[in-house]
Amino acid sequence: MQTPTELKYAKTHEWLKDDGTVGITDFAQDQLGDVVYVELPEVGRVVSAGESVAVVESVKTASDIYAPASGTVVAVNDQLSGSPELVNSGPYEGGWLFRVENPEPADDLLSAEEYADANG
Amino acid sequence: MTTPPQTPLKRTPLHAAHLRAGARMVPFGGWEMPVQYAGVRAEHDAVRTRAGVFDVSHMGEFRVTGPDAERFLQHVTTNDVTKLRPGRGQYNWLPNETGGLVDDIYVYRVVQSEFLIVVNASNIGKDWAHLQAQTAGYDVTLTDESDRWGLLAVQGPQAEAMLQPHISVDLTAKKKNAYFPAKLFGFEVWLARTGYTGEDGFEIFTDAGEAETVWDRLLAVGFTPAGLGARDTLRLEAGFPLYGHEFAENLHPLASTYTWVVKDKAHLGREHISLAPPVRLIGLALERVPVREGYPVLLNGERVGHVTSGTSSPTLGHPIAMALVRGDASTADAYEVEVRGKAHPARRVELPFYRRA
Repeated sequence: MQTPTELKYAKTHEWLKDDGTVGITDFAQDQLGDVVYVELPEVGRVVSAGESVAVVESVKTASDIYAPASGTVVAVNDQLSGSPELVNSGPYEGGWLFRVENPEPADDLLSAEEYADANG
Repeated sequence: MTTPPQTPLKRTPLHAAHLRAGARMVPFGGWEMPVQYAGVRAEHDAVRTRAGVFDVSHMGEFRVTGPDAERFLQHVTTNDVTKLRPGRGQYNWLPNETGGLVDDIYVYRVVQSEFLIVVNASNIGKDWAHLQAQTAGYDVTLTDESDRWGLLAVQGPQAEAMLQPHISVDLTAKKKNAYFPAKLFGFEVWLARTGYTGEDGFEIFTDAGEAETVWDRLLAVGFTPAGLGARDTLRLEAGFPLYGHEFAENLHPLASTYTWVVKDKAHLGREHISLAPPVRLIGLALERVPVREGYPVLLNGERVGHVTSGTSSPTLGHPIAMALVRGDASTADAYEVEVRGKAHPARRVELPFYRRA
């Protein structure tokens, strides 16, 4: 399982980059299995940390994605509408979900080490 | 607040084998079962293009013997068991007194006055009590053999060819629904040419103590282990209803497309089953958004039913669903399904969604 050290992690398996980019972890995509559909928030939406803002659907199940930071959504990954499998193949790169401006991270985000320990 | 005591999950004889194969285990109908090994998609594709093997040992087996065995089964099931010759099997239903469905089952006639019935795992206790309660007036003996048998399902276009070198009988001579004894890898087994994926295949009844070795040998000769996830996408593509989703005790069984399972004969609950069902089962195809059990189905903006099973079809490449809708609203071409508060277009398609070539 990959857990890049430069990212922060929510217990609910989202990652947050300093620039406000959000995705789901390698562990999460592996647990979900083949991703077939991603529902993303609208650009301009103001989200609060911990709020359900997106849905990632695999063959078997639909999973809520929670914002790991508060802020305004300024970009979403349009590639995912045609290629949702990018979440499986590159959860930290091509499979990113959305970006918030001036992110205010949730208080209880984990370091890479803490997240890996919790999901080892 | 106290939590209710948890009943420990039951395990099949293949539990250790599943862990060895890297399975992700989940609770299912009181059992701890593999939902996937390599991944639902890969397992699904293996069954559609080659052959997979499923552990279905959690299902129950009851033996029905005695001079009145046939007469008893005629009373408690809707299909006509008198049509079954020894060595043949038949899909069938167990209705209750009011026409609800206790379970959907398979009935095999072993010899003239001996039958084996296979029931759904989560219904074993309920079915057993129901059948016992119906035995008055019949010279019949019921035996619960659920712990005696391991049950493996090999499914896929290559299933016959891959089994043939290792089995003592000519499989090409065994038609659909044949039920027969054989030696497989040297073990005494019974096979039924049936399954739940829409592909050709066999269900293999093994001694529970030998199931793990038979499973290992099947993997060694190339069968792909497949879990509950693939089982569900495969059966849904094939339009097979599943107890607890398309069937329920309080649901009129003729809502499903399987009306042929009810034959013109006297049986339990007959006067209720003969009434027209208030709802109908339909197939829906969507463009992009997967729909799940319980999502509302709309016609012209009005809620007319709900999704009973839904997934993204790996074979067809788009979402599919079965839904129960009001009878008077069951013949439209276009519906909508409400997903998280938003209506998405769905068109009605004939079941099954997938039929093998």
